[in-house]
Amino acid sequence: MRRRAILGYGAAGVGAVALMLFVGWWQVDGPGGPEPVGQRPVALTEMDFRLTDHEGNAVGPETLIGRPTMAFFGFTYCPDVCPTTLSDISGWLDDLGDEADEMNVVFITVDPERDTVETMAEYVGYFHPAIRGWTGPEEQIARVADGFRATYERVPTESGDYTMNHSASVFLFAASGRFVTMIDYHEPREFAVPKIRRALEEETEGAT
Amino acid sequence: MKKYILTGTLAALLTLGGLSVPALAGPEDVVVENAWSRASIGMNRPGAAYMTIRNTGDEPVTLIGLTTPLAMMPEIHETKTNAEGVSSMSPAGEIVIAPGESIALEPGGLHAMLMRLQEPMTEGDTFPLTLLFDDGGEVTVEVPILGIAARGPED
Repeated sequence: MRRRAILGYGAAGVGAVALMLFVGWWQVDGPGGPEPVGQRPVALTEMDFRLTDHEGNAVGPETLIGRPTMAFFGFTYCPDVCPTTLSDISGWLDDLGDEADEMNVVFITVDPERDTVETMAEYVGYFHPAIRGWTGPEEQIARVADGFRATYERVPTESGDYTMNHSASVFLFAASGRFVTMIDYHEPREFAVPKIRRALEEETEGAT
Repeated sequence: MKKYILTGTLAALLTLGGLSVPALAGPEDVVVENAWSRASIGMNRPGAAYMTIRNTGDEPVTLIGLTTPLAMMPEIHETKTNAEGVSSMSPAGEIVIAPGESIALEPGGLHAMLMRLQEPMTEGDTFPLTLLFDDGGEVTVEVPILGIAARGPED
């Protein structure tokens, strides 16, 4: 009798520990856990979003399949990081010369409220002609960012306006849509072009 | 108290000398070099200006603010990029420059954020930007406006 009770308590104890472990897993690593940051983007083939390019064409992840892709996030009211990134990319494209013609280069706004199709068209017009500007409804932008594991956040400024914090890395995908690597914002310039070439070469490897 | 000298003539001469020449220094210990900015699209977006500020004196100088007729709210801001690659901007506050040291306002770091533009920033123009120091000293620099896609003072 007494022994049974002990066994009973033991079983309950094991059960309780197992439950605690399960709850712990659920909250930390399981479906209930927070989205881990700094994750790799999924392949373009696994993404699903509908946007509009700066010429008014409907675009989505499938638009990018078949050619290597360089993509990044920003907004046209951004005074420092975005024009700098766009200028850097324009410089890399100049360095790549003809090779750049084989790439998709996409600037995706995180501020669709101010960045309309017309705004994007005017803005990208100041940079390398290969750069396309994509915008769309807020919920579609959220889906893009989710696929890229990118983040953005609207922050009010003292001037009564708002600015956007956002992922400033440049993402590189192979022609197959597979994520290759990214160029971080503060990475030395001389690392960027070889990384882009890697994404370009992956295409040829995949084809042979 | 540091000595302040009238630099009107000197400034004009240096401006004629072009970008490579150290720009106008008001308090004689502060030298501003390689100032530049990017053209704006219209007046709704904030502009940004960049430069190197050098303290050639024997005492620290503290930069406390900016004024310019071009913008109602000019302010030194700093862009920071965290470990996850997310960039954000915030006011940099007062900036102390040690004797013999310089600070760089450059893309992706410190910059003169020009909020509430009073007129569009047009490529080829210049605008005066005054740096205010905590001892009441001021340095005015004439900032050239380069193209929107400019990457540095040489573009």
